[in-house]
Amino acid sequence: MAEEERKIRRGRRRPGDQRIGRMEDGSMVLQGNEACAKGAIQAGCRFFAGYPITPSTEIIELLAEEMPRAGGAFIQMEDEIGSACSIIGARWGGARAMTATSGPGFSLMQEAIGFAASTETPVVFIDVQRGGPSTGQPTLSSQQDVYQARYGSHGDYEIIALSPSSVQEMYDFTIRAFELSEKYRTPVILLSDEEVGHMREKVELRDDVVTIDDSPKDYVKSPQTDFFKGAMSTVEGQLHDEKGRRIGHIPLKSGAFVENICKKISDHADDICQVKAYCMDDADIAIIAYGSVARPAMNAVKLARGIKDDRIFPKFRLFRDLFTKGLTTARNTDYSHLKVGLIKIDTVWPCPDKLIARHAKDVKTVIVPEMNMGKYVKEIQRILPDKQVISLPKVGGDIHSPTDILDKILEEVGMDE
Amino acid sequence: MNKLYEEYIKTESLPTLFCPGCGNGIVQVAAINAIDELGIKDDIACVSGIGCSAWIPCYLKLDVIHAMHGRAIPFAEGLKLARPEKKILIFSGDGDCLAIGGNHLIHGAARNIDLTVVNVNNNIYGMTGGQKSPTTPYGAVTKTSPFGAADEPMKGAETAMALGATYVARWTTAHPVQLAKAIKEGIEHKGFSFIEVLSQCPVQAGKNVMGTKEPAEMIRRYREMTCVCKDGEEPPEGKVKIGLFRRDETKVEYTERIRASYEEAGIAAGKGGQDG
Repeated sequence: MAEEERKIRRGRRRPGDQRIGRMEDGSMVLQGNEACAKGAIQAGCRFFAGYPITPSTEIIELLAEEMPRAGGAFIQMEDEIGSACSIIGARWGGARAMTATSGPGFSLMQEAIGFAASTETPVVFIDVQRGGPSTGQPTLSSQQDVYQARYGSHGDYEIIALSPSSVQEMYDFTIRAFELSEKYRTPVILLSDEEVGHMREKVELRDDVVTIDDSPKDYVKSPQTDFFKGAMSTVEGQLHDEKGRRIGHIPLKSGAFVENICKKISDHADDICQVKAYCMDDADIAIIAYGSVARPAMNAVKLARGIKDDRIFPKFRLFRDLFTKGLTTARNTDYSHLKVGLIKIDTVWPCPDKLIARHAKDVKTVIVPEMNMGKYVKEIQRILPDKQVISLPKVGGDIHSPTDILDKILEEVGMDE
Repeated sequence: MNKLYEEYIKTESLPTLFCPGCGNGIVQVAAINAIDELGIKDDIACVSGIGCSAWIPCYLKLDVIHAMHGRAIPFAEGLKLARPEKKILIFSGDGDCLAIGGNHLIHGAARNIDLTVVNVNNNIYGMTGGQKSPTTPYGAVTKTSPFGAADEPMKGAETAMALGATYVARWTTAHPVQLAKAIKEGIEHKGFSFIEVLSQCPVQAGKNVMGTKEPAEMIRRYREMTCVCKDGEEPPEGKVKIGLFRRDETKVEYTERIRASYEEAGIAAGKGGQDG
């Protein structure tokens, strides 16, 4: 490329000043993907590798600009396999690292996620879910990867996955993903989706320095010292001991190793898991939702409970309902007798069994709206075997409307309750 | 044990899992000699993929990533970008580097990122028990080519030349001194170095590919079937070209390029490391 041309191109760069676009109170209107990129920088992420893929591309675009400005390294790799591998390499070089992808790219990264889990490497994977399977629906949302996040790589391991449902959470959960990955020395997945990734909202940005505890942990049974510190760390994909020596051929030691990488997550579920409960004190019906679907679920609660919120009244949903149900039906349905509450799951993996059981202990009915064929509902059925658990799947790329959820409840529990 | 090896080999991990007569030991010794001559024990890390030759660095007293099959280069690229001032030595077999890892070889070489790839070529998938590899000669009978390999074999060093690698050499286990020198030069070279080593696998490739399973005889054949060629020279008919094929110090290395572009944009050169 000619020197002149390069300079012209460089002139198109956006200014890297972090204060630009911020309101007086320090907040900023951001897209979910942008908030994720900014959260990563704030969390001390200093290496990003990625490959462009809809709908996660804004993350790689923003970090191409901001990662160097933060003093970190950025590389656009030849594929998602390379991206996932290079972040693990970079983390052993001492740089906090992440990658971001979607759909097919997330499938390609699965082997590396297992490698990071086995070698106990703290790295962060962002999956902005789109509709699948295969190339699927590049521009539309889904929650179809919720089991892939948990079980995607071969072999037994436990994973931490966080599911944001707002731009603010996209920012906060990205930071938390780095905190958890270092604390438990494990890969952490931010399981976002296209709705949240492309939504624009006000975000309170942090200006403090995020302190992350990356000291060695006694529940980690792999080498923990970064490279070039004279520790002779051997990062070994075969099952290994604390020094990285292979033990894959010794069943007793290997079994203990696999149990340990699972238990270090499951034994600390109380520390990792977070859920939020709304209007659950007197509820006899609970909506359990995660990710973007928690938004219409919240609106459904407000609609049934008569909570005024100018932002949420689903005017345009009513407009859409014109075509499906007719205006009169949509307007005239009375949901006010439904004592509905919401349990919003922030940590999808490990599954917050105890928290769900505690919040839902007094309800009769549980409904689980999901943008997939009904996956996480199986976890809820396992946790709440004595309750009526209703699955409300939705595929095709359209998110549930609040009335979708309430109508389903009416259909299942009847008008007389 | 030799003093040098006591310093570099994790004796508690011995014996190695290499078969008797394997060429990996010769490559390992060559690498130790190269690292020792350069005196960079504290400033070098090794990365390898999967396969017999990927175990070479696992016995060294160095920081090592024994990575996923075919992915040594991207792991090393991440490590290099996080610590641009350090050197990375990669061990990758013919299947690891040219088959499953081919895409990463293409882009690593094109970027001219400062990595040194030692491509240990034994013409076979040895660890899995003797299946056809990308470098298995045409017509060779292996476990997965019972009627003779139909594929035209890939040439690692020539491929790396075509991809734009800036240091390219080919040696054999019959040339351990030259090999050690090439590894040393490859590490010193600022850019993508590719050193192919023809290495005997007496157990899996011996009988069917080389016609003998005697390690000493295989090494003797490497000496007979090869011809050291200088730049531009071609070997006589039927001989394999070995030697130093390219050493180009003019092309700017990848991390240097990145740093220059950042500096031009007024950004202080960043490095990924926590102390950076």
